[in-house]
Amino acid sequence: MNAPIVELSCVRKSYGIGTPVVTEVLHGIDLRIDAGELVALVGPSGSGKSTLLNLIGLLERPTSGEIAIGGRPVSSLDEAQITALRGRTIGFVFQFHHLLPEFTALENVMMPAIIDRGMPDAEAARTAAGLLGRVGLAGAERKRPGQLSGGMQQRVAIARALSLSPPLILADEPTGNLDTRTADEVFELLLEFNRTTQAACLIVTHDMRLAARCRRRIEIVDGRLVS
Amino acid sequence: MPKLPLPFEWMIALRYLREGRLQTALILAGVTGGVAVIVFLTHLIWQLQDAIIDRTLGSQAHVVIRPPEEFAQRSLPADATAAIVQPRAQRLRSVDQWEAVARLASETPGVVAVSPVVSGAGFAIRGTASRAIALVGVEAERYRRIVRMDEYMVRGRFETSGTNGVIGVELAKDLGVTLGDRIRIVTPENRDELITIVGLFDIGNRDLNRRWVFVTLRLGQSLLDLAGGVSNIDLSVSEIFGAERVAERLQRQTGLRVESWMTTNAQMLSALRNQSVSNGLIRGFVIAIVAVGIASVLVVSVVQKQREIGILRAMGASPGRIMAVFLVQGGLYGLLGSLLGVALSVGLLEFFSRVYRNADGSALFEIELDPSIMFGACAIAILVGLLSAALPARRAAKMDPVQAIRM
Repeated sequence: MNAPIVELSCVRKSYGIGTPVVTEVLHGIDLRIDAGELVALVGPSGSGKSTLLNLIGLLERPTSGEIAIGGRPVSSLDEAQITALRGRTIGFVFQFHHLLPEFTALENVMMPAIIDRGMPDAEAARTAAGLLGRVGLAGAERKRPGQLSGGMQQRVAIARALSLSPPLILADEPTGNLDTRTADEVFELLLEFNRTTQAACLIVTHDMRLAARCRRRIEIVDGRLVS
Repeated sequence: MPKLPLPFEWMIALRYLREGRLQTALILAGVTGGVAVIVFLTHLIWQLQDAIIDRTLGSQAHVVIRPPEEFAQRSLPADATAAIVQPRAQRLRSVDQWEAVARLASETPGVVAVSPVVSGAGFAIRGTASRAIALVGVEAERYRRIVRMDEYMVRGRFETSGTNGVIGVELAKDLGVTLGDRIRIVTPENRDELITIVGLFDIGNRDLNRRWVFVTLRLGQSLLDLAGGVSNIDLSVSEIFGAERVAERLQRQTGLRVESWMTTNAQMLSALRNQSVSNGLIRGFVIAIVAVGIASVLVVSVVQKQREIGILRAMGASPGRIMAVFLVQGGLYGLLGSLLGVALSVGLLEFFSRVYRNADGSALFEIELDPSIMFGACAIAILVGLLSAALPARRAAKMDPVQAIRM
């Protein structure tokens, strides 16, 4: 049995606190994701998928309940500790790739290491070049995101998410704006990394076909987990 | 990849500057123009003010000690009788115990030279020509350190001994004399002496060139009937704007009439001061405009980069480091702008020094910039850059990454 990388207990999230209209988006979520697990998170839009992902990704704090990442309860951490924890343990893949347009593919992949260590170094460059090779973009190191196709950009984003070998990868509709074939390829890449790196992978997707390829599937409806 | 590994904040800031070409170029042009205007104006005003003060002090002592003025006093109480009190005519008198006063003055901190002087009215006569003159009896060695006479000598030397004298070029022309000639000096005290001209000076002031006649202190004393006395003591001070302090101190100590050049030229000084104030005002406005320019460019940049800021935050960059990215940008605008601005102002000075010249064709001002202006301008520009970046940088740092990424 693997140790849990993510543990949510009774997590609630409300918006608009302090205003007349308080909306509770998540109503007491209990969730456990083990190290190395591959999980698909599905649900209709407006169900709270993105909010849940942001909470797990430590981009937002829950209104109540406890989140533990790698066994560390988050509520006791301050902003700086959360920022550091996020940088080292979580790799993000966003729907619209969100690469930095001013930087080359290689620099984009190096960025988490640069942020973590304060400045670029040779090791970060080596790791980044290796990752670009593994996502099939050897030779595109010096290209800017604007010179790459949508699928290629998303591959760069995946390579970037893996830059610090984080134990948890969060992907928010990583194939959302790609055509079916490219989406398959990118998805396959994520699955492959999940197998080879032992990083747990939580993928939000609309695509039931892709979700079906994940070992575990959780569904969220109206702010509650079903399944 | 940059060859020199720059810290994260610098790497991001530099890249943003490089990639935001038009924005960077425009704001740099603004900062450059502002710095150039400030440096150019300040340099020009300093130079012109220095030149004016230098010219003013070229022919006068920094501080002059004179005997107190003589007042007419009532001999009866004011209410006892009606009386008309006439101001007294001031006669030529000696500074009381001038040796002691001179010693006291030379021991006063800040005083670098002391020269006793006896001066009074007289006539210079040669043949049928006669001219009114100001007879000045000095010890050449000491007077040199008050007024830089050596620099003004056109012919001969500034040397007074025996019955040798030094006169100005205008007087020499008026009397038709030159080196080695003799002129007769007559004073209202009905004394006269033949002096031999050993030097001609040109102080750059026609009136002084026509009136000043230098003889030895002893000859001056005897011609002006002031045996053993001096009419005034001239002082040089090390710090010219400290002259007033020295004068006040000596006045308190001696009870004599002590005037600094700052009092004598009060009007000129206040004109210079007004000029400095208006220069300061212009500088203030230019700095404010540049600051607003930098701030507005960075505010726009923060909005444009919202998503990227969100991503950097998601990847583990703390708010403090995001703030630093924008502060570095502001500081770099200031630094680069001030370097370009200094270069531009050097160009402007070069240009204007060719276009505008003094009446005699010499340069109106020097081109070499005072390093303190250059470093001052750079320091102020960097500071202004940082301060104007503070607001946008705070905004960037406070941005909620979730909101920013969704944009």
